[in-house]
Amino acid sequence: MEFSGKAHKFGNDVNTDYIISGKYKFKTLDMKELAKHVMEDLDPDFYEKVSSGDFIVGGSNFGCGSSREQAPLAIKYADVSAVLAKSFARIFYRNAINTGLPVVECDTDQIDQGDEIVVDLAAGVINNKTKGNTIPIKPLPAVMIKILNDGGLAAHFRKFGGFNFG
Amino acid sequence: MGQTIIEKILSSHCGQTARANEIVVARVDYVMGQDGTAPLAINAFNDMNGKEVFDHEKVAFVIDHSAPSPNEGVSALHKLMREFVREKMFRLYDIGEGVCHQLIPESGEVGPGSLVIGADSHTCTYGALNAFSTGVGSTDLAGGLISGQMWFKVPETFKFVCNGTLPPGVFSKDLILYLIGDVTADGATYMAAEYVGEAIAALSQEARFTIANMAIEMGAKAGLMEADDKTYDWLRRFTKREFTQVVADGDAIYAKVREYDVSKLEPQVAKPHKVDNVAPVGDVAGKPIQQALLGTCTNGRLEDLRIAAGILANRKVHPDVRMIVAPASRRIFLDAMAEGIIQTLVESGAAIVTPGCGPCVGTHNGVPSDGETVISTANRNFKGRMGNSNAEIFLASPATVAASALTGKITDPREFI
Ligand code: SF4
Repeated sequence: MEFSGKAHKFGNDVNTDYIISGKYKFKTLDMKELAKHVMEDLDPDFYEKVSSGDFIVGGSNFGCGSSREQAPLAIKYADVSAVLAKSFARIFYRNAINTGLPVVECDTDQIDQGDEIVVDLAAGVINNKTKGNTIPIKPLPAVMIKILNDGGLAAHFRKFGGFNFG
Repeated sequence: MGQTIIEKILSSHCGQTARANEIVVARVDYVMGQDGTAPLAINAFNDMNGKEVFDHEKVAFVIDHSAPSPNEGVSALHKLMREFVREKMFRLYDIGEGVCHQLIPESGEVGPGSLVIGADSHTCTYGALNAFSTGVGSTDLAGGLISGQMWFKVPETFKFVCNGTLPPGVFSKDLILYLIGDVTADGATYMAAEYVGEAIAALSQEARFTIANMAIEMGAKAGLMEADDKTYDWLRRFTKREFTQVVADGDAIYAKVREYDVSKLEPQVAKPHKVDNVAPVGDVAGKPIQQALLGTCTNGRLEDLRIAAGILANRKVHPDVRMIVAPASRRIFLDAMAEGIIQTLVESGAAIVTPGCGPCVGTHNGVPSDGETVISTANRNFKGRMGNSNAEIFLASPATVAASALTGKITDPREFI
């Protein structure tokens, strides 16, 4: 899987309340509607600025806080192709993989706001075209690759009727 | 080679010897979803071609996050949950029964050695009962509902050794805030926290829940403690079931160990907008507040209400402060009534709301206005957490919240104890 787009940079500890505020998520299951509010407490115009295929780039502990799966879903439905961060909070990380949103652990200090980047998941490398350098990606655990390749956990269950990592 | 508590619990549920960093598929003893996460899980359940839940007795949904429903959008989601529960025939805790993390322990289904998943990040609370319980998202919840299993990366363990005796006016909430401030919000990410030492042993079972509850605020997957007589006495109020406790081996391997002496600890607060932004109460004392919240799965238990009532008795909440009290469960509400605690709180000027989450997560029952400051016994002070991103939230113990409600500004509770 290869994605290219622009980087939208955020800081450390971006929590799930910032990704999608609790005041919206309890009201609806319409993810397209929720996506309009994604990241709005950190950048009120984010949804207007983001183009299809762009990346959210965070620091450490991205996605900390609640277990709301609306967080990765709202990002996905805003047409963001992947989230890049130095590290992720574990529930967000699971939820992203389960719902088919690629999450990429890498040194995001080498990416600035607005950089044009290409993420090559299979090759495990990011190409920062603006800066002209490459950044290695920390490989995903095998189980997560399996779930992503199956198209998320729901598709994995449809295929096997339960967990099957054999 | 010895094992930690979490390695042992996972081993007994996956049929092999589980070691840190391995990936295992384990049997789960209980599965819980709440009204913020269950509706999406129902979608995922259908998407997975789910037919039945794996065991009617081992599954529950709780309507607590916006209960009773504040608007028609939420009402539709609650209805979806009620219909699903009726069709699949398992337990629903409806409005007014309380917060999921109080109800599941009170159900008697969880005890030492249990393995629980809940679609709520504070599911780690039941670690205070020597159980491995952890938060998952809606798709994982659906997988658990169907299969009765979950995959886990066996976490490494971070041991917190807490020695000494907490001084008067300093509580388990102050201790956990201090620990989070010390290791930071991602200090235990991907790890299990184990809390041991004489300061933990001295705490009541209720006070221990507060510590396990906030393990997630240091990034941990679980917040575990050993069981003792207090644990078993607490459990016996709710169940006749026998549980065997799980203790770590003497030669278990820990990723990190930190020792603390709590004897000089002062009351702590977490300042806006991060839980690890912790300082002694003296650093912010005098800051005016407009709202005080006593409740939540962190500090809405009987002991918490009793501590606050002790400070508020025969006094009045400051006229500039709205004091909101949400008992964590109906049982606690009833016990607090029987003990006269509710009478005391209401006479002091507090508003009691339905047992549940409400104000904690900004769905209703006390959304602050722009520029306002709230002091709360909850576990999160993120910007916008209580429904308004232009408000500030300070986290503190029930004693500090009650003392601050009286004076209208952040106050060291030791002035009233
Ligand atoms: S009381 Fe607050 S922290 Fe606890 S489950 Fe409810 S919303 Fe979450």
